[in-house]
Amino acid sequence: MARRPKAARGAVNREVLAAIQASARQIQEKIMARKKPTMKFPVRSLANVRYHPQRGFFEIAGRKKERTLTVNTVKTFAQTLRMIALSKELLENDDIATKREAYYVSKNWDEARFSEQPESDTVMDDVEAYFSVNREQLGFVPEEKGGDVAGRLIVIDHDRDTGKALRIDCTRFGSGAYSVPISVEHLEFETNADFILVIETAGMFQRLVKHHYWKKANCILVSMGGVPTRACRRFIRRLADFKRIPVYVFVDGDPYGITNIYRTLKVGSGNAAHLNEFFCVPQARFLGITPQDIVDYKLPTHPLKEVDIKRARDAIRNDPFIRHHGEWIHALERLVDMGVRAEQQALAKHGLNYVIETYLPQKLRHPERFLP
Amino acid sequence: MKNPAGRIPSAAAASARKRRRARPPAGGPYQLSLVDLAAKPAAAPSGGADGAAAGSVPQAPPEQAAGRSGGRRETAESIAARQREISVSEFFIKNRHLLGFDNPQKALLTAVKEAVDNSLDACEEAGILPTLKVEIRQLAEDRFRIAVEDNGPGIVKAQIPKIFGKLLYGSKFHILKQARGQQGIGISAAGMYGLLTTGKSLAVTSRTGPGKPAHYYEIQINTRNNTPQVIKDSAVEWEPEHGTRVEIELLGTYKKGRRSVDDYIRQTAIANPHCEIWYAPPNGGEVLHYPRATDSLPPEPRAIKPHPYGVELGMLIRMLKETRARQLKAALQLDFSRVSPRVAEEICRAAQLSENANPHTIAAHEAERLYRAINSVKIMGPPTNCLSPIGERQILAGLQKEIRASFYTALTRPPAVYRGNPFQVEVGLAYGGDLPGDELADLLRFANRVPLQYQQSACAITKAVLSIDWRKYGLAQSKGALPAGPVVLFVHIASAWVPFTSESKEAIAAYPEIVRELRLALQDAGRRLSAHIRAHRRAAEEQKKRSYIEKYIPHISIALREILGFPAQTEAELLANLKIVLERSRARERAQEESDG
Repeated sequence: MARRPKAARGAVNREVLAAIQASARQIQEKIMARKKPTMKFPVRSLANVRYHPQRGFFEIAGRKKERTLTVNTVKTFAQTLRMIALSKELLENDDIATKREAYYVSKNWDEARFSEQPESDTVMDDVEAYFSVNREQLGFVPEEKGGDVAGRLIVIDHDRDTGKALRIDCTRFGSGAYSVPISVEHLEFETNADFILVIETAGMFQRLVKHHYWKKANCILVSMGGVPTRACRRFIRRLADFKRIPVYVFVDGDPYGITNIYRTLKVGSGNAAHLNEFFCVPQARFLGITPQDIVDYKLPTHPLKEVDIKRARDAIRNDPFIRHHGEWIHALERLVDMGVRAEQQALAKHGLNYVIETYLPQKLRHPERFLP
Repeated sequence: MKNPAGRIPSAAAASARKRRRARPPAGGPYQLSLVDLAAKPAAAPSGGADGAAAGSVPQAPPEQAAGRSGGRRETAESIAARQREISVSEFFIKNRHLLGFDNPQKALLTAVKEAVDNSLDACEEAGILPTLKVEIRQLAEDRFRIAVEDNGPGIVKAQIPKIFGKLLYGSKFHILKQARGQQGIGISAAGMYGLLTTGKSLAVTSRTGPGKPAHYYEIQINTRNNTPQVIKDSAVEWEPEHGTRVEIELLGTYKKGRRSVDDYIRQTAIANPHCEIWYAPPNGGEVLHYPRATDSLPPEPRAIKPHPYGVELGMLIRMLKETRARQLKAALQLDFSRVSPRVAEEICRAAQLSENANPHTIAAHEAERLYRAINSVKIMGPPTNCLSPIGERQILAGLQKEIRASFYTALTRPPAVYRGNPFQVEVGLAYGGDLPGDELADLLRFANRVPLQYQQSACAITKAVLSIDWRKYGLAQSKGALPAGPVVLFVHIASAWVPFTSESKEAIAAYPEIVRELRLALQDAGRRLSAHIRAHRRAAEEQKKRSYIEKYIPHISIALREILGFPAQTEAELLANLKIVLERSRARERAQEESDG
């Protein structure tokens, strides 16, 4: 793990650059032979992923979509190539562009410009999948924040100007927290924590930080703020791999918390299945809130909405991860039967610090009971 | 050119017959009173009791009405002394709405229209390509002087007063063939209206040939006895070699837009592409020129004898009385069209009448049997050479001349028959181009090449148009409305006797046979339109895809150059090849689309 980030990055850049040029040359040759050039992309959807229990993440299945240059595809084809050209320029200059910036760069492309950012994001995802690299390797970076960290951890980063190591002590942010950067490949860690507690909501994270829960439980706290970003997933993964420490996930007890937030953290997403290998945390385990918790802790609930029920049924029917685990099918079915959901903060019913004093200690006594 | 007709009463009687023939039995009140009026002089020259009841007696001499005292206020004799013939002129002065003079705007239009109709008929009869000059001068707020001049054959001097100063005098009424004018009322009525509203005489200048003198007449109609009164009569210098110029001063209103004189002239030019018109609108507006779109005259329609199916009982009785034939069978063959010896025999047999019976002595009840027999025997349809349709090419020429559209079509239906009268329907359609896309279709109605501008909703043509689902043909249409879109619909009915709903010739009666033909013609035009719209849509789509290719392929070569850094020469080659590849693929796609449907 003692990779020199700059050099490593240069090597990756050269590799990607070569791939970009090879594919461009191939297209050029096809056109010169007056044949229709084709680009093949893996299909990016949940329907085209397989769950590997041993390897622990969603892996892309074989299906590919072909984009052959025809009258109907000429616009997207042109846009995809221009996006690749932009990536090439970024890599050569060791520069980056956020998704939003890439969208604005396209405004120079006259007729080929994107009219809305989702269009350019989709093309960017296509390019990423086309080369089977992550977008950071193409020079594109996401806009969103990675996540917040507090607790028994020292992150070692590097000063961009001097190249000197920067030691960031995550116990010393007071009531604040360390922000996960967009790119985490170069980070190194020092820690003797017993586990990583990954939390869905910023509110719950605040409470645990404020009361120094990490000190009491000797752990690292990470706030995801909803569905975890790639950087956040990668950060947790590297940290957990590095020190071989368990990862426990504490989210709302509803279909969204389970099938979207937890599932994405643990095995990755359908949309970026070609990258899940890196952006997943197979060792993650589900601490709560489980359907059983709702009963055991007599939690106040809200009725499940139509979309919640649909999401749960969809996952039971189509999500390869859920389908692989009978316990999850059972849990989701139970939730649908109960017709209710409970938020993390519902524990406040028993007192504001009930979660720290009672719930988490009780749960952590039996990690083997956590859902897979 | 015009035949001297009989005396007024017989002409009026004939007029009544015509009208009865030409319309369904249930007529309006005006019609009935006219029939009563007309029948009177023929039956009892001194007049009958209900002649007075018709309410058209102009005045009663006061001393006769008041000079009596005693038990009864009136005796049969005193009433009889007041009873007298009613002039057809008087009748129409009181009922001028029947002739299209019901309001000032319409009066101006009708006057121009009657003069133009006459001019066009005269030119065509003489085989002359018509050139018309129409002038309207505004003399005061509501006072106009119209002048219509043609290059027709001119009018023999002796006939001029009768033609312009006597109602129901004309050459067309007694002959069954297609013409604009039918009854010999129009132009004299216009002159009469002018006289009535301004006191000015109708002025006519006419010349029949290069070596002949031109005559100038000022004529007034004596409404009391429907006779012409010549106010002025002189030989004049006149430039044209032959032709006629009519001038009328009248009270009227000039408006632009729909139903205007301007619109009438334009539509006339469309329906008569063989005609050239110079039109000088009032207020010193620019003189408009409608050039000839074709140099061929429409074929001359032939006069036909009446078809048995179209004759009513009264008409039949009169025809039998007046026939030159001595025997019934011969009379049928001689006076009717499509009656062969075999058909005549069959009719006689069915009527249980002798073939050799003297037609002049056939009794009323026998005539009735004969009438019923006629309708029970199968008789071939009437000859259709009395018709002179405009023709598809000419309609197209007319439309293309006056309307800027992107698609034109025209069709002429084969002749058909209603109540023994042959008729023929023609439809033209112009679509797209400069026509406004968000308005209702412009419906142009014509009867014997004359534009119909009033009473659109009462007309069989409108009814037929409304009865069709135009959405099937790619146009928008609200329920019960005309179709909407950039469309002009041109509909023409040619007939030896067009069944107008009134003497002012504004709307055509909706005989089922006529509506059926109209619908068939309109649907045919609609199918052609929808084929055009579909093809047009395909072409637009094709154009879009083509421009799509042009738009985006440069970006492919730009991107490849940015990545691979090849020289501009290579980029140009690449671009050329890309174009070939895509156009080939497009051609294949299109072939696929076409084979799919």
